[in-house]
Amino acid sequence: MDSPAAPEQEPRRYGRRLFLATVAGGISSLYWGKAAWDHVTGVISPVADAVSILPSGGWRIYTISGQMPQFDPSTWRLKIGGLVEQPVSLTYDELRSLPHVEQVSTFHCVTGWTVDNVRWGGVRLGHVLDRARPQASGHALRFVSMEVPYVDYLSMPQASLPDVMLAYEMDGKPLPKEHGAPVRLIIPEMYGYKNVKWLQGIDVVPQAVNGYWEDLGYDRNAWVGRSNGYGT
Amino acid sequence: MKSGYVRRFSPVERLLHWVNAAGFLFLLGTGLILYLPRLSMLVSRRQLIQSLHFWSGVGWLAALALVVALGGRRLLATARELDSFDGDDLRWLRGRGAPQGRFNAGQKINAILTAAFAILFGVSGLLLWFGEQDTRYRFASTVLLHDGLMYVSLLLLVGHLYLTLIHPATRHSLRGMTLGSVKGDWASRHHAKWNPE
Repeated sequence: MDSPAAPEQEPRRYGRRLFLATVAGGISSLYWGKAAWDHVTGVISPVADAVSILPSGGWRIYTISGQMPQFDPSTWRLKIGGLVEQPVSLTYDELRSLPHVEQVSTFHCVTGWTVDNVRWGGVRLGHVLDRARPQASGHALRFVSMEVPYVDYLSMPQASLPDVMLAYEMDGKPLPKEHGAPVRLIIPEMYGYKNVKWLQGIDVVPQAVNGYWEDLGYDRNAWVGRSNGYGT
Repeated sequence: MKSGYVRRFSPVERLLHWVNAAGFLFLLGTGLILYLPRLSMLVSRRQLIQSLHFWSGVGWLAALALVVALGGRRLLATARELDSFDGDDLRWLRGRGAPQGRFNAGQKINAILTAAFAILFGVSGLLLWFGEQDTRYRFASTVLLHDGLMYVSLLLLVGHLYLTLIHPATRHSLRGMTLGSVKGDWASRHHAKWNPE
Protein backbone atom coordinates (compact mmCIF):
# COMPACT_ATOMS: atom_id res chain seq x y z
CA MET A 1 0.00 0.00 0.00
CA ASP A 2 1.18 3.49 -0.73
CA SER A 3 1.04 5.64 2.31
CA PRO A 4 -0.07 9.20 1.60
CA ALA A 5 2.53 10.35 4.11
CA ALA A 6 5.39 8.71 2.23
CA PRO A 7 7.64 11.28 0.56
CA GLU A 8 7.13 11.44 -3.22
CA GLN A 9 9.91 9.49 -4.82
CA GLU A 10 12.02 10.87 -7.66
CA PRO A 11 10.80 9.89 -11.11
CA ARG A 12 12.43 6.64 -12.19
CA ARG A 13 13.78 5.97 -15.63
CA TYR A 14 11.66 2.90 -16.20
CA GLY A 15 11.06 3.80 -19.84
CA ARG A 16 14.53 3.00 -21.07
CA ARG A 17 14.58 -0.19 -19.02
CA LEU A 18 11.35 -1.36 -20.60
CA PHE A 19 12.70 -0.42 -24.03
CA LEU A 20 16.00 -2.24 -23.58
CA ALA A 21 14.39 -5.26 -21.95
CA THR A 22 11.92 -5.58 -24.81
CA VAL A 23 14.62 -5.31 -27.47
CA ALA A 24 16.91 -7.72 -25.61
CA GLY A 25 14.09 -10.18 -24.97
CA GLY A 26 13.04 -10.05 -28.60
CA ILE A 27 16.50 -10.58 -30.02
CA SER A 28 17.40 -13.32 -27.57
CA SER A 29 14.13 -15.08 -28.48
CA LEU A 30 15.82 -15.94 -31.78
CA TYR A 31 17.60 -18.57 -29.67
CA TRP A 32 14.84 -19.69 -27.31
CA GLY A 33 11.58 -18.67 -29.01
CA LYS A 34 10.74 -21.84 -30.87
CA ALA A 35 11.64 -24.12 -27.97
CA ALA A 36 9.47 -22.03 -25.63
CA TRP A 37 6.58 -21.95 -28.11
CA ASP A 38 6.78 -25.71 -28.68
CA HIS A 39 6.73 -26.20 -24.91
CA VAL A 40 3.68 -23.96 -24.48
CA THR A 41 1.75 -25.54 -27.35
CA GLY A 42 2.73 -28.98 -26.04
CA VAL A 43 1.26 -28.14 -22.64
CA ILE A 44 -2.04 -26.77 -23.88
CA SER A 45 -2.56 -29.05 -26.87
CA PRO A 46 -4.72 -31.53 -24.94
CA VAL A 47 -7.20 -28.67 -24.49
CA ALA A 48 -6.92 -26.90 -27.81
CA ASP A 49 -4.72 -27.23 -30.82
CA ALA A 50 -2.85 -23.99 -30.39
CA VAL A 51 -1.87 -23.63 -34.00
CA SER A 52 -5.35 -24.20 -35.35
CA ILE A 53 -6.66 -21.18 -33.43
CA LEU A 54 -4.39 -18.98 -35.51
CA PRO A 55 -6.28 -17.56 -38.49
CA SER A 56 -3.80 -19.14 -40.89
CA GLY A 57 -4.11 -22.61 -39.34
CA GLY A 58 -0.33 -22.42 -39.07
CA TRP A 59 0.17 -22.61 -42.84
CA ARG A 60 1.54 -20.00 -45.11
CA ILE A 61 1.33 -20.33 -48.82
CA TYR A 62 4.43 -20.05 -50.95
CA THR A 63 4.32 -19.77 -54.70
CA ILE A 64 7.08 -18.98 -57.13
CA SER A 65 5.02 -17.61 -60.01
CA GLY A 66 2.32 -15.02 -60.42
CA GLN A 67 -0.54 -17.45 -60.72
CA MET A 68 -1.48 -20.63 -58.89
CA PRO A 69 -1.89 -23.54 -61.29
CA GLN A 70 -5.49 -24.39 -62.19
CA PHE A 71 -6.55 -28.00 -61.81
CA ASP A 72 -8.90 -29.18 -64.54
CA PRO A 73 -9.91 -32.84 -63.94
CA SER A 74 -10.74 -33.35 -67.62
CA THR A 75 -7.26 -32.47 -68.86
CA TRP A 76 -4.98 -33.10 -65.87
CA ARG A 77 -2.75 -36.19 -66.05
CA LEU A 78 -0.02 -37.51 -63.80
CA LYS A 79 2.66 -38.74 -66.20
CA ILE A 80 5.33 -41.16 -65.02
CA GLY A 81 8.15 -41.37 -67.49
CA GLY A 82 11.90 -41.19 -67.97
CA LEU A 83 13.88 -44.37 -67.35
CA VAL A 84 10.87 -46.70 -67.13
CA GLU A 85 9.76 -49.83 -68.95
CA GLN A 86 6.21 -48.59 -69.35
CA PRO A 87 5.38 -44.84 -69.30
CA VAL A 88 2.11 -44.26 -67.45
CA SER A 89 -0.42 -41.46 -67.66
CA LEU A 90 -3.02 -41.41 -64.88
CA THR A 91 -6.23 -39.42 -64.80
CA TYR A 92 -7.44 -37.99 -61.50
CA ASP A 93 -9.98 -40.82 -61.15
CA GLU A 94 -7.39 -43.47 -61.97
CA LEU A 95 -5.06 -42.04 -59.32
CA ARG A 96 -7.87 -42.14 -56.78
CA SER A 97 -8.69 -45.74 -57.64
CA LEU A 98 -5.25 -46.91 -56.47
CA PRO A 99 -5.04 -48.35 -52.91
CA HIS A 100 -5.88 -45.49 -50.54
CA VAL A 101 -3.70 -44.76 -47.52
CA GLU A 102 -3.92 -42.17 -44.78
CA GLN A 103 -1.28 -40.86 -42.47
CA VAL A 104 -0.88 -38.13 -39.89
CA SER A 105 2.42 -36.34 -40.13
CA THR A 106 3.99 -33.03 -39.22
CA PHE A 107 4.90 -30.51 -41.89
CA HIS A 108 8.05 -28.45 -41.41
CA CYS A 109 8.94 -25.40 -43.43
CA VAL A 110 12.61 -24.48 -43.71
CA THR A 111 11.76 -20.90 -42.68
CA GLY A 112 10.84 -22.10 -39.20
CA TRP A 113 7.10 -22.70 -39.10
CA THR A 114 5.57 -26.09 -38.49
CA VAL A 115 2.09 -27.54 -38.76
CA ASP A 116 1.56 -30.50 -36.46
CA ASN A 117 -0.59 -33.51 -37.18
CA VAL A 118 -1.76 -32.93 -40.72
CA ARG A 119 -3.98 -35.77 -41.92
CA TRP A 120 -3.02 -36.70 -45.47
CA GLY A 121 -4.90 -39.10 -47.73
CA GLY A 122 -3.60 -40.50 -51.00
CA VAL A 123 -1.46 -43.25 -52.43
CA ARG A 124 1.97 -44.59 -51.68
CA LEU A 125 4.52 -43.37 -54.19
CA GLY A 126 5.65 -46.98 -54.70
CA HIS A 127 2.21 -48.07 -55.94
CA VAL A 128 2.32 -45.48 -58.68
CA LEU A 129 5.94 -46.13 -59.61
CA ASP A 130 5.51 -49.90 -59.80
CA ARG A 131 3.04 -49.50 -62.65
CA ALA A 132 5.75 -47.84 -64.74
CA ARG A 133 8.49 -50.30 -63.75
CA PRO A 134 11.60 -48.07 -63.28
CA GLN A 135 14.78 -49.31 -64.94
CA ALA A 136 17.82 -50.27 -62.88
CA SER A 137 19.75 -47.28 -64.20
CA GLY A 138 17.27 -44.87 -62.58
CA HIS A 139 18.60 -43.82 -59.19
CA ALA A 140 16.44 -40.78 -58.57
CA LEU A 141 13.05 -39.20 -59.28
CA ARG A 142 12.24 -35.80 -60.68
CA PHE A 143 8.93 -34.31 -59.49
CA VAL A 144 7.51 -31.78 -61.90
CA SER A 145 5.01 -29.18 -60.74
CA MET A 146 2.38 -27.50 -62.87
CA GLU A 147 3.88 -24.33 -61.41
CA VAL A 148 6.65 -23.82 -63.95
CA PRO A 149 9.64 -23.98 -63.44
CA TYR A 150 9.26 -25.74 -60.06
CA VAL A 151 10.89 -29.17 -59.95
CA ASP A 152 12.60 -31.14 -57.23
CA TYR A 153 14.39 -34.45 -56.89
CA LEU A 154 14.58 -37.36 -54.46
CA SER A 155 17.04 -40.22 -54.57
CA MET A 156 15.44 -43.67 -54.77
CA PRO A 157 16.28 -44.48 -51.12
CA GLN A 158 14.69 -41.18 -50.02
CA ALA A 159 11.62 -41.80 -52.17
CA SER A 160 11.32 -45.29 -50.66
CA LEU A 161 10.90 -44.06 -47.07
CA PRO A 162 7.74 -45.70 -45.72
CA ASP A 163 5.74 -42.50 -45.20
CA VAL A 164 6.40 -40.89 -48.57
CA MET A 165 3.11 -40.43 -50.38
CA LEU A 166 1.23 -38.63 -53.11
CA ALA A 167 -1.51 -36.80 -51.22
CA TYR A 168 -4.79 -35.81 -52.87
CA GLU A 169 -6.61 -35.25 -49.56
CA MET A 170 -5.79 -33.05 -46.61
CA ASP A 171 -7.63 -33.18 -43.30
CA GLY A 172 -10.37 -35.31 -44.83
CA LYS A 173 -11.10 -33.07 -47.82
CA PRO A 174 -9.78 -32.93 -51.37
CA LEU A 175 -6.41 -31.19 -51.38
CA PRO A 176 -7.12 -27.43 -51.61
CA LYS A 177 -5.74 -25.41 -54.47
CA GLU A 178 -3.27 -23.49 -52.32
CA HIS A 179 -1.84 -26.75 -50.99
CA GLY A 180 -1.20 -28.13 -54.45
CA ALA A 181 -4.44 -29.50 -55.93
CA PRO A 182 -4.96 -32.07 -57.20
CA VAL A 183 -1.96 -33.89 -55.73
CA ARG A 184 1.31 -33.12 -53.97
CA LEU A 185 4.29 -35.07 -52.80
CA ILE A 186 4.60 -35.64 -49.05
CA ILE A 187 7.93 -36.55 -47.48
CA PRO A 188 7.60 -35.62 -43.79
CA GLU A 189 11.30 -36.22 -43.10
CA MET A 190 12.19 -33.28 -45.33
CA TYR A 191 11.39 -29.57 -45.41
CA GLY A 192 8.37 -28.36 -47.33
CA TYR A 193 10.21 -27.30 -50.44
CA LYS A 194 10.81 -30.97 -51.28
CA ASN A 195 7.06 -31.65 -50.94
CA VAL A 196 6.28 -30.55 -54.49
CA LYS A 197 2.78 -29.13 -55.01
CA TRP A 198 0.56 -29.24 -58.12
CA LEU A 199 2.26 -32.40 -59.35
CA GLN A 200 1.94 -33.26 -63.01
CA GLY A 201 4.88 -35.52 -63.66
CA ILE A 202 7.34 -37.94 -62.10
CA ASP A 203 10.41 -38.85 -64.14
CA VAL A 204 12.86 -41.59 -63.30
CA VAL A 205 16.33 -40.10 -63.84
CA PRO A 206 19.93 -41.33 -63.41
CA GLN A 207 20.65 -39.14 -60.38
CA ALA A 208 19.29 -36.31 -58.24
CA VAL A 209 20.44 -32.83 -59.20
CA ASN A 210 19.41 -29.38 -57.99
CA GLY A 211 15.72 -28.53 -57.93
CA TYR A 212 14.21 -25.06 -57.90
CA TRP A 213 15.16 -24.05 -54.35
CA GLU A 214 18.46 -25.89 -54.39
CA ASP A 215 19.53 -23.67 -57.29
CA LEU A 216 18.87 -20.80 -54.90
CA GLY A 217 21.17 -22.23 -52.25
CA TYR A 218 19.02 -24.67 -50.28
CA ASP A 219 20.25 -28.15 -49.48
CA ARG A 220 19.48 -31.03 -51.80
CA ASN A 221 19.02 -33.39 -48.85
CA ALA A 222 16.54 -31.34 -46.88
CA TRP A 223 16.34 -33.45 -43.71
CA VAL A 224 14.31 -31.70 -41.04
CA GLY A 225 16.61 -30.39 -38.31
CA ARG A 226 19.76 -31.67 -40.08
CA SER A 227 20.14 -29.43 -43.11
CA ASN A 228 20.03 -25.85 -44.34
CA GLY A 229 22.12 -24.61 -41.43
CA TYR A 230 20.02 -26.29 -38.73
CA GLY A 231 21.65 -28.77 -36.35
CA THR A 232 24.89 -28.73 -38.32
CA MET B 1 -4.53 28.52 -31.85
CA LYS B 2 -8.20 28.84 -30.90
CA SER B 3 -8.80 30.31 -27.48
CA GLY B 4 -9.34 27.72 -24.80
CA TYR B 5 -7.05 25.31 -26.60
CA VAL B 6 -3.50 24.31 -25.70
CA ARG B 7 -0.85 22.76 -27.89
CA ARG B 8 -0.21 19.11 -27.04
CA PHE B 9 1.91 17.68 -29.85
CA SER B 10 4.54 19.53 -31.84
CA PRO B 11 4.68 19.20 -35.64
CA VAL B 12 7.67 16.88 -35.47
CA GLU B 13 5.95 14.64 -32.91
CA ARG B 14 2.92 14.41 -35.16
CA LEU B 15 5.10 13.73 -38.18
CA LEU B 16 6.80 10.87 -36.33
CA HIS B 17 3.43 9.45 -35.30
CA TRP B 18 1.92 9.55 -38.79
CA VAL B 19 5.02 8.27 -40.59
CA ASN B 20 4.99 5.36 -38.17
CA ALA B 21 1.25 4.81 -38.59
CA ALA B 22 1.30 4.93 -42.40
CA GLY B 23 4.28 2.58 -42.63
CA PHE B 24 2.83 0.18 -40.09
CA LEU B 25 -0.54 -0.07 -41.82
CA PHE B 26 1.02 -0.66 -45.24
CA LEU B 27 3.29 -3.33 -43.77
CA LEU B 28 0.37 -4.90 -41.95
CA GLY B 29 -1.61 -5.11 -45.18
CA THR B 30 1.16 -6.59 -47.29
CA GLY B 31 2.26 -8.81 -44.40
CA LEU B 32 -1.22 -10.28 -43.96
CA ILE B 33 -1.33 -11.13 -47.67
CA LEU B 34 1.84 -13.16 -47.15
CA TYR B 35 0.61 -14.65 -43.87
CA LEU B 36 -3.05 -15.56 -44.38
CA PRO B 37 -3.64 -18.38 -46.90
CA ARG B 38 -6.99 -16.90 -47.92
CA LEU B 39 -5.41 -13.58 -48.86
CA SER B 40 -2.40 -15.30 -50.44
CA MET B 41 -4.84 -17.09 -52.73
CA LEU B 42 -6.64 -13.90 -53.70
CA VAL B 43 -3.46 -12.08 -54.61
CA SER B 44 -1.10 -14.98 -55.31
CA ARG B 45 1.73 -12.76 -56.59
CA ARG B 46 3.94 -13.68 -53.69
CA GLN B 47 7.25 -12.38 -55.09
CA LEU B 48 5.78 -8.97 -55.78
CA ILE B 49 4.08 -8.68 -52.38
CA GLN B 50 7.20 -9.96 -50.64
CA SER B 51 9.36 -7.31 -52.33
CA LEU B 52 6.80 -4.59 -51.57
CA HIS B 53 6.69 -5.70 -47.94
CA PHE B 54 10.44 -5.82 -47.55
CA TRP B 55 11.27 -2.55 -49.28
CA SER B 56 8.44 -0.64 -47.62
CA GLY B 57 9.78 -1.96 -44.31
CA VAL B 58 13.21 -0.60 -45.16
CA GLY B 59 11.62 2.69 -46.21
CA TRP B 60 9.54 2.84 -43.04
CA LEU B 61 12.57 2.47 -40.74
CA ALA B 62 14.61 4.91 -42.83
CA ALA B 63 11.79 7.48 -42.72
CA LEU B 64 11.47 7.05 -38.93
CA ALA B 65 15.22 7.52 -38.53
CA LEU B 66 15.06 10.63 -40.71
CA VAL B 67 12.25 12.17 -38.62
CA VAL B 68 14.15 11.36 -35.41
CA ALA B 69 17.25 13.05 -36.83
CA LEU B 70 15.13 15.99 -37.93
CA GLY B 71 13.50 16.25 -34.50
CA GLY B 72 16.84 16.28 -32.70
CA ARG B 73 16.61 17.92 -29.31
CA ARG B 74 12.87 18.42 -29.44
CA LEU B 75 12.29 14.68 -29.74
CA LEU B 76 14.96 14.00 -27.15
CA ALA B 77 12.89 16.03 -24.70
CA THR B 78 9.84 13.95 -25.65
CA ALA B 79 11.84 10.77 -25.09
CA ARG B 80 12.82 12.00 -21.62
CA GLU B 81 9.14 12.50 -20.78
CA LEU B 82 8.37 8.96 -21.94
CA ASP B 83 11.33 7.58 -20.01
CA SER B 84 10.37 8.92 -16.60
CA PHE B 85 7.78 7.28 -14.40
CA ASP B 86 6.91 8.90 -11.05
CA GLY B 87 4.86 7.63 -8.14
CA ASP B 88 1.64 8.90 -9.72
CA ASP B 89 2.38 6.97 -12.90
CA LEU B 90 2.81 3.75 -10.95
CA ARG B 91 -0.38 4.42 -8.99
CA TRP B 92 -2.22 5.15 -12.26
CA LEU B 93 -1.02 1.85 -13.70
CA ARG B 94 -2.41 0.02 -10.67
CA GLY B 95 -5.77 1.54 -11.55
CA ARG B 96 -5.86 3.98 -8.65
CA GLY B 97 -6.44 7.17 -10.63
CA ALA B 98 -3.59 9.60 -10.10
CA PRO B 99 -2.84 12.90 -11.83
CA GLN B 100 -0.88 12.46 -15.05
CA GLY B 101 1.50 14.55 -17.13
CA ARG B 102 1.31 15.25 -20.87
CA PHE B 103 1.55 11.50 -21.43
CA ASN B 104 -0.24 9.17 -19.06
CA ALA B 105 1.60 6.03 -18.00
CA GLY B 106 -0.26 3.86 -20.50
CA GLN B 107 0.68 6.15 -23.36
CA LYS B 108 4.30 6.01 -22.24
CA ILE B 109 4.32 2.23 -22.27
CA ASN B 110 2.59 2.14 -25.65
CA ALA B 111 5.14 4.52 -27.15
CA ILE B 112 8.10 2.62 -25.67
CA LEU B 113 6.84 -0.75 -26.89
CA THR B 114 6.08 0.69 -30.31
CA ALA B 115 9.66 1.96 -30.61
CA ALA B 116 11.15 -1.33 -29.39
CA PHE B 117 8.91 -3.31 -31.75
CA ALA B 118 9.99 -1.19 -34.71
CA ILE B 119 13.57 -2.28 -34.06
CA LEU B 120 12.58 -5.93 -33.56
CA PHE B 121 10.39 -5.93 -36.68
CA GLY B 122 13.40 -4.54 -38.56
CA VAL B 123 15.88 -7.09 -37.20
CA SER B 124 13.61 -10.10 -37.71
CA GLY B 125 12.51 -8.86 -41.13
CA LEU B 126 16.09 -8.46 -42.31
CA LEU B 127 16.90 -11.94 -41.00
CA LEU B 128 13.92 -13.43 -42.85
CA TRP B 129 14.95 -11.68 -46.06
CA PHE B 130 18.63 -12.58 -45.91
CA GLY B 131 17.96 -15.97 -44.32
CA GLU B 132 16.17 -16.95 -47.51
CA GLN B 133 19.49 -16.55 -49.33
CA ASP B 134 22.07 -17.56 -46.73
CA THR B 135 21.82 -20.12 -43.94
CA ARG B 136 24.07 -18.03 -41.68
CA TYR B 137 21.15 -15.65 -41.16
CA ARG B 138 18.59 -18.39 -40.60
CA PHE B 139 17.18 -18.99 -37.13
CA ALA B 140 14.31 -21.36 -36.41
CA SER B 141 12.60 -18.67 -34.29
CA THR B 142 12.79 -15.66 -36.62
CA VAL B 143 9.38 -16.20 -38.14
CA LEU B 144 7.90 -16.74 -34.67
CA LEU B 145 9.34 -13.42 -33.45
CA HIS B 146 8.08 -11.55 -36.52
CA ASP B 147 4.59 -13.07 -36.21
CA GLY B 148 4.48 -12.58 -32.44
CA LEU B 149 5.35 -8.91 -32.82
CA MET B 150 2.54 -8.59 -35.34
CA TYR B 151 0.00 -10.10 -32.95
CA VAL B 152 1.04 -7.93 -29.97
CA SER B 153 1.19 -4.81 -32.17
CA LEU B 154 -2.27 -5.56 -33.48
CA LEU B 155 -3.60 -5.77 -29.91
CA LEU B 156 -1.95 -2.46 -29.03
CA LEU B 157 -3.35 -0.92 -32.21
CA VAL B 158 -6.90 -2.08 -31.47
CA GLY B 159 -6.70 -0.62 -27.95
CA HIS B 160 -5.16 2.57 -29.33
CA LEU B 161 -7.90 2.96 -31.96
CA TYR B 162 -10.63 2.28 -29.41
CA LEU B 163 -9.32 4.98 -27.06
CA THR B 164 -8.72 7.50 -29.80
CA LEU B 165 -11.82 6.98 -31.96
CA ILE B 166 -14.56 5.50 -29.77
CA HIS B 167 -14.14 5.92 -26.02
CA PRO B 168 -15.99 9.19 -25.23
CA ALA B 169 -13.67 10.36 -22.46
CA THR B 170 -10.47 10.00 -24.45
CA ARG B 171 -11.36 10.42 -28.13
CA HIS B 172 -10.75 14.17 -27.94
CA SER B 173 -7.05 13.26 -27.92
CA LEU B 174 -7.24 12.54 -31.68
CA ARG B 175 -7.38 16.31 -32.21
CA GLY B 176 -4.04 16.62 -30.48
CA MET B 177 -2.42 14.21 -32.91
CA THR B 178 -4.04 15.72 -36.02
CA LEU B 179 -4.29 19.48 -35.41
CA GLY B 180 -1.83 19.57 -32.52
CA SER B 181 -4.07 21.22 -29.93
CA VAL B 182 -6.61 20.05 -27.36
CA LYS B 183 -9.14 21.83 -25.15
CA GLY B 184 -7.57 23.31 -22.05
CA ASP B 185 -10.25 22.00 -19.69
CA TRP B 186 -9.96 18.49 -21.18
CA ALA B 187 -6.21 18.66 -20.69
CA SER B 188 -6.52 19.69 -17.06
CA ARG B 189 -8.93 16.85 -16.37
CA HIS B 190 -6.90 14.13 -18.09
CA HIS B 191 -3.38 15.47 -17.71
CA ALA B 192 -3.53 17.47 -14.50
CA LYS B 193 0.23 17.61 -13.93
CA TRP B 194 0.95 18.90 -17.39
CA ASN B 195 1.57 22.62 -17.66
CA PRO B 196 1.17 23.59 -21.28
CA GLU B 197 3.08 26.69 -22.25
